[in-house]
Amino acid sequence: MLDVLSQPWHWSVSGLAIATVMFLLLYAGKEFGVSSNLRTMCTIAGAGKRYDFFDIDWRAQRWNLLFVAGSVIGGFLAFYFFSSPEPVQLSGETVDYLQSVGIAAPGPAGTPWSYVPRELFAAEEIFTLRGFIVLVIGGFLIGFGTRWAGGCTSGHAISGLSNLQLPSLVAVIGFFIGGLLMSWLILPLILQF
Amino acid sequence: MRSLIYLTIGILFGFVMTKSEAISWFRIQEMFRFESFHMYGIIGTAVVVGALGIALAKRFGIHAYDGSDLRLKPKDFSIPRYLYGGIVFGLGWAITGACPGPMFTLLGQGIWTIGVVILSSILGTFVYGILRPRLPH
Repeated sequence: MLDVLSQPWHWSVSGLAIATVMFLLLYAGKEFGVSSNLRTMCTIAGAGKRYDFFDIDWRAQRWNLLFVAGSVIGGFLAFYFFSSPEPVQLSGETVDYLQSVGIAAPGPAGTPWSYVPRELFAAEEIFTLRGFIVLVIGGFLIGFGTRWAGGCTSGHAISGLSNLQLPSLVAVIGFFIGGLLMSWLILPLILQF
Repeated sequence: MRSLIYLTIGILFGFVMTKSEAISWFRIQEMFRFESFHMYGIIGTAVVVGALGIALAKRFGIHAYDGSDLRLKPKDFSIPRYLYGGIVFGLGWAITGACPGPMFTLLGQGIWTIGVVILSSILGTFVYGILRPRLPH
């Protein structure tokens, strides 16, 4: 059993498991959407006193904060106790491309650089222009965009599309326009810094 | 007690995000470069199974555990907020290789710099909240 959990999962198993998370939350009387927690965190920090958007009762969102806390623990458990025996099996084309722009292939399983590249996520990168753009500007775009669009991958791409919501389809099309612009045009420029 | 349930579902989610490799910056680049079916398979399976499940739940009138309606309220339709907001998020998703769920999951794996991404995303949400009245929705 432990062996099965430790193997990298086939995409169909992963997809099924994500749908299960959504069903569990619906049955628990809630909805699947991670990015709304970012608003709740602003409210807890006191933003509701000056700006209406944050003037909400954050206690009603306590369940979602617990969900996020759980996702940190789940990441910890999966990484330290159920680590896959082999590195991420990335497509050869992607590996070649990334090497051409100075990003090494995924590191061995169980090391910090197995899921994210050292070239962008090592601590000293925060103080480089490239690292600043990726970590600080990138994070800012996530927070700004998800609240503007009213959801992220969980709320729109999974929950919204599952519930056949047209607005979510528009949002997902937006995600891809932005994502394609970044990975094909903007990121290659940033990586030259 | 109920708190424990949400925490547990969250643990399951973090576990699944890791095992699916959806938390991997490399996988996100691969997806946007259309060089593997992996991420499309994950999202596609989740949506097909999710849509079937929700259609069946509606058909058979399934309620939440406490008898209330499932939280499936329709979203108001408009183009600008979803398209522009979506594009802004897409830019952030592709550069950091993380969407909001995986951001937190990566923190559990000791990738401390993702904490910078999380703090910046909270700042981004804050600035959105300030500018909200002036943005098209």
